[in-house]
Amino acid sequence: MSAVLKPETETELSEMITAAPAPLEIVGHGTKRHLGRPVLAGATLDMSAFSGIIAYEPEELILDVGAATPLAEIERMLAERGQQLAFEPPDWSALLGAQGSGTVGGLVACNLSGPRRLKAGAARDHILGIHGVTGAGNVFKAGARVVKNVTGYDMPKLLTGSYGTLAALTSLILKVLPAPESEETVVLTGLDDDQAVEAMSLAMQSACEISSAAYVPGEGVYLRLEGIAPSVSYRRDQLGKVLKRGIEVMATKSSTAKWRAIRDGAIFIDNPRHPLWRISVAPSIAPGMIRVLKDRFDIRYLFDWAGGLVWLEVPPSDDAAQALVRSSFAAGHATLIRAPESTRAAIDVFQPQAAALAALSGRVKKAFDPRHILNPGRMYRGI
Amino acid sequence: MLTMPIPDQEVIARRAAIAAALRHIVPGEGVVEAPIEMRAFETDGLTAYRQMPLVVVLPETTAQVSAVLKYAHDNAIKVVPRGAGTSLSGGALPLADGILLGLAKFNRVLEIDYANRCAVVQPGVTNLAITKAVEHKGFYYAPDPSSQIACTIGGNVAENSGGVHCLKYGLTANNVLGIEMVLVTGEVIRLGGKHLDSEGYDLLGVMTGSEGLLGVVTEVTVRILQKPETARAVLVGFPSSEDAGQCVADVISAGIIPGGMEMMDRPAIHAAEDFVHADYPLDVEALLIVELDGPQVEVDHLIERVSEIARANNSATLRISTSEEERMLFWAGRKAAFPAVGRISPDYLCMDGTIPRKRLPEVLQGMAELSRLHRLRVANVFHAGDGNLHPLILYDANDADQLDRAETFGADILRLCVKVGGVLTGEHGVGIEKRDLMPEMFSEGDLAQQMRVKCAFDDQGLLNPGKVFPTLHRCAELGRMHVKGGALPFPEIPRF
Repeated sequence: MSAVLKPETETELSEMITAAPAPLEIVGHGTKRHLGRPVLAGATLDMSAFSGIIAYEPEELILDVGAATPLAEIERMLAERGQQLAFEPPDWSALLGAQGSGTVGGLVACNLSGPRRLKAGAARDHILGIHGVTGAGNVFKAGARVVKNVTGYDMPKLLTGSYGTLAALTSLILKVLPAPESEETVVLTGLDDDQAVEAMSLAMQSACEISSAAYVPGEGVYLRLEGIAPSVSYRRDQLGKVLKRGIEVMATKSSTAKWRAIRDGAIFIDNPRHPLWRISVAPSIAPGMIRVLKDRFDIRYLFDWAGGLVWLEVPPSDDAAQALVRSSFAAGHATLIRAPESTRAAIDVFQPQAAALAALSGRVKKAFDPRHILNPGRMYRGI
Repeated sequence: MLTMPIPDQEVIARRAAIAAALRHIVPGEGVVEAPIEMRAFETDGLTAYRQMPLVVVLPETTAQVSAVLKYAHDNAIKVVPRGAGTSLSGGALPLADGILLGLAKFNRVLEIDYANRCAVVQPGVTNLAITKAVEHKGFYYAPDPSSQIACTIGGNVAENSGGVHCLKYGLTANNVLGIEMVLVTGEVIRLGGKHLDSEGYDLLGVMTGSEGLLGVVTEVTVRILQKPETARAVLVGFPSSEDAGQCVADVISAGIIPGGMEMMDRPAIHAAEDFVHADYPLDVEALLIVELDGPQVEVDHLIERVSEIARANNSATLRISTSEEERMLFWAGRKAAFPAVGRISPDYLCMDGTIPRKRLPEVLQGMAELSRLHRLRVANVFHAGDGNLHPLILYDANDADQLDRAETFGADILRLCVKVGGVLTGEHGVGIEKRDLMPEMFSEGDLAQQMRVKCAFDDQGLLNPGKVFPTLHRCAELGRMHVKGGALPFPEIPRF
């Protein structure tokens, strides 16, 4: 077992990072430890002391929290005031074999977003400010407690999704939004992959304000409508006209459960040994990709984000079929989100980058963490 | 007046050779070097500042942009990128020893992809032209800065431009899916595309709003949205800014995110009314326009709720638009607020701070005191939903003392914004205008970290130097710096 460092203040954190003789693995609740490439660390940096609500101002749409604050606590608090994190944070604990839904810092470090990302944007679109300590031990902040700000570089976006390879985040300022008063899900059945993506595209091109659109093979297309009740029912009727077909409507309770299942990759939980990919592409190319892959082996898949996000489960193999998976699309990126540690150590978990871009990413890493102390290798070798 | 880095006379002496080398890369009319022709580029939207560039180059292809930047990099010549030159913060102000790289010839819409709801355009396409290219299918591009008729999408990316609808629909950063860009070395990279999110670091997020300091954008993929079915506005007058501010807070607390929510103070109301005769009430202290958009049934429902909230907050006058003409009339005054103020004063400075909304009354109070102190008038327009304040300081540029006072007044307003927990700029950018105020908001350690990011993109500091950062550091020096308690170990930093 490696040593555990547990800083209580930013100053202590800075001193520990500066003094560290070997790489540190940053951990909150450890629910996403198996996401990304394994880190060869000399010690664990336990961030759990940076927990707690610093400020919550519903009427300003602002939440300022310690990075290790449990996500569940935040969601409960927001719900009491009729608000939410609009990007719909997923809970992949069951998928990744972890306990609990993790911390907000872990969520932001991995830039994870759920089905509503289609309309509301990603986690990165809701991070207004950050405080943290870089791999060089520098304490810094960026952003502020206001929803509109272009002062200086958008460091909050850069840190979001950096998997702890640039800085250890101590606190975050998030934009919160009103939760919709009601929701309804329209179901379309009897469609093949191509027809499903076409139907989702038609729905997205309408003024029906679809907040989420997913396709589960064998089940059908799900289209979620959210807002005030009269608006939702009006848009549901409009949707029927746009799609020129009869539609089924799910009850609210099963609608909520369905989107939770899609968000959390629930249909893939029962096959823990099978590698699981999330692939981001232009929606229209998703069916063609699947056609190619289906010919080669047994896969399970679903489309979220109107086809722009493909969840793909492949049969067990040492390399998680990375070459085949990545040759199935020309533009986009595939991230391996579940695989044995040996596989994640051996292959490119994140989409490889062209030489000039990879070199730039390396220079960005160096700008924060010149000694390669924080989560080295978590995203890319050498980063 | 703010000062710029001291020009390198050695580079200026090489001007003819530099122009010749650029002509080699961009033949024909793509290089402008006659002073009379370069005059068009000497300033941007921050007209108090003027500087003739060393030479202007107007490439037409990514390969030319790449060759120009590689030449500049190999020869250590500074480069200032420019779109339409509408920056209000001096982002495109030329340098006497720098090449001005104009992207105006990149003016084509390359692809419209309705199935994937995006458009691929060159950076010199204007913001409004994107909407024009897709509106026949009912689509539009959401961010709508006031300069949208002229400003380019490349400039919007550089500045992360906003507009009156960004509370609901986001800033440029939330609506750009991908870019092709050229690094100062001439390397061409692509960030994002028609797909969502980034495979690695969110460099697209960093580029957006980087004010031309990190690279030159040569192609942009934007998200396009279906136009809302309808829109209606409510125009409310309040006896005090406190009441108006509380109304805004109550609307948001009620779970309503309007398409637009704009406030004007008494001087702005009067200037606008005199100019466009929108029938604004003149005996109120604050005027609020709240626009709801979406399906008719939703808009009708929400406009009633907003009206109830306004009445509960002591509204003095309240009108709900009953036709598209009436809605446009409500907006006419707000949209003409800048030129309206231009009519009552020879010049004005448009400031751009953001504050936590609840601090509005004290900020307005503070501004009134500063107005007396600096003996200059101020009118306020306010993106109330997101707390973005645009004080317009009225002055006469022919009187040097007035310009000085206006700038000091503006700086004091921004300091006040930071003091109440706000920021220096909500959508106009730092540029040169707010450059020297950056330490009000950031510690030296914060700024050093931003400059290290700059070094990752541009290790010689050739792209748009003199903007955003109040001091210039060599990258090697930043690498060695260690911050103790927020202070850098170099107290005597060279200022310019």
